[in-house]
Amino acid sequence: MEAEQYRELKSTKAGFAQGLLEAGKINPKLIALGTDITASVGMDLFATEFPHRFISLGIAEQNAAAVAAGLALMHKLPVFSTYGVFSAFRSADQIRVSICYNNLHVIIGGAHAGLSVGPDGATHQALEDIAVMRTLPNMTVLSPCDATQTRLAVLAAVSQLNGPVYLRYGRSAVPDFSAPDQMFEPGKGQILQSGKDVCIIATGHLTWHALQAAAMLKKQQIDAMVINIHTVKPLDDELILSAADYCGAVVCCEEHQIAGGLGSAVAELLVQNHSVPVELIGVRDSFGESGTPEELFTKYGIDHASIFQAAISAVKRK
Amino acid sequence: MDKVVSVDKLQRIAFEIRKNVILSLSAAGSGHLGGSLGMADVFTALYFHVMNHKPDDPEWEQRDRLILSIGHIAPLLYATLAQAGYFPVHELKTLRQLGSRLQGHPGKEHGLPGLEISSGSLGQGLSVSVGIALAAKIDKKNIHVFTILGDGELQEGSVWEAAMSASAHQLGNMIAIVDRNFKQIDGDTEKVMPLEPLAEKWKAFGWDCYECNGNNMKQIIEILNRIKNMSAKPKVVIARTIMSKGVSSIEDDYRWHGKAPTEDEAHRFIEELQHNNHGS
Repeated sequence: MEAEQYRELKSTKAGFAQGLLEAGKINPKLIALGTDITASVGMDLFATEFPHRFISLGIAEQNAAAVAAGLALMHKLPVFSTYGVFSAFRSADQIRVSICYNNLHVIIGGAHAGLSVGPDGATHQALEDIAVMRTLPNMTVLSPCDATQTRLAVLAAVSQLNGPVYLRYGRSAVPDFSAPDQMFEPGKGQILQSGKDVCIIATGHLTWHALQAAAMLKKQQIDAMVINIHTVKPLDDELILSAADYCGAVVCCEEHQIAGGLGSAVAELLVQNHSVPVELIGVRDSFGESGTPEELFTKYGIDHASIFQAAISAVKRK
Repeated sequence: MDKVVSVDKLQRIAFEIRKNVILSLSAAGSGHLGGSLGMADVFTALYFHVMNHKPDDPEWEQRDRLILSIGHIAPLLYATLAQAGYFPVHELKTLRQLGSRLQGHPGKEHGLPGLEISSGSLGQGLSVSVGIALAAKIDKKNIHVFTILGDGELQEGSVWEAAMSASAHQLGNMIAIVDRNFKQIDGDTEKVMPLEPLAEKWKAFGWDCYECNGNNMKQIIEILNRIKNMSAKPKVVIARTIMSKGVSSIEDDYRWHGKAPTEDEAHRFIEELQHNNHGS
């Protein structure tokens, strides 16, 4: 894949909205729970099309999460979405006990994920949600790379999964580049570009940046493999272990704290099975701040230039 | 269940349930005695008179649901379910043991028949009930959703989020029962964090509010039968109970909130139960 190729700039939120609308048409059990920011988190298309299956619960995330559990007990398929900073934190206890401990099929949206929320600043930039959600038993954590894949992730969460799902997506318009005809298989990583010198493993928005970094590496005669991980949990152990073995060095990239995120998950896997040099791209134990997504990506060291440098370091450590 | 049960018969069932609560807690060596004994009359009324359910068909779709928000009185739920025939009474002795279906706080993944949902973190059950009640309303299922709340639990803000949403969505199929024993772990609720005026709070949140003596079988069944199909509003019964009701030597003593009797104490407590004309 050429790094410069993408169809359009489109938010993953738009993909979520489209996916939810389509899923609603396919599955009459699907019910969306609104917590006041319906349009902002991409539930408006569904709410307009299916007003009787949209339930407004106001600014009360703890209630919404446990209401979702009650609906699921009655064989409905509830989707509860708000900003990731709220869904993964404000209602974390309800998600843990009422949803996960009962292993209920509830889809929890984590919108506005990562630094790319931009000007809203640190309170609204979810940078710890993967860490919290992936430690919960029974939980599946999805973090698709673009709008096309987010739409497919919603459809997969509705039709292929049976337990709790946390689905992370962003607000800013980003390159929509993944193959429209791709199969979305939960738990399976995707090799977007083959390579042998270093394996760049990325999730969410940073997958696009990883591809750009790989193009820069090519000019330096470094042949990078790029893997997109749209399912942080369960992790595609087999693919990651074989890629690490083949390339001998790994770089993990995420719009999230380094602690507890994809990089941690990959490191946990590798250190127990096949240790190779690993470099981690992510936010280093700090809150974000206001700025444009580009400015923030540069300042916090998660842009393609940072990935490029990390890959060089990883190769040197081999 | 057989609906034609006399108050006298219900009181005898409540006695058996209390006895089994004491025995299972004594066997477990830990657990919550006070609230389990205090709410035994309400649970007996619900499972042996008020609720529509089939112990031989626990997943029957048309059953009324009971959501135990205060998961710590699980010993009472277990003893009641066993008494109703959901599983053998002798299994109560496995309470809190490794591999038991009777977890310290209810855990659905362990497969206990009759258990609707895991609980144990306070302030979640009323919300779960809102979800069940909403689904029943959407599907036009004529069921009731009972939620057992503790009074101390009402200090959790999420309870009031749930209360607000239940009245907003006109969930007349919801009946919440508050175990009003004025006790929590640190002592008297009104000293730890006052709840009064409690009835006014519920009314302000759009609920029809009723009060009764939660240890008076006649009053309990009278009020629950009366309000079952009354209005489009959600309903709450503030059931005034006495912690550890039936065992006079420890009645109303908050120190028995989270304590289990020794074997000797268990025998003594059961003797006290037998001599006590409880429930009237």
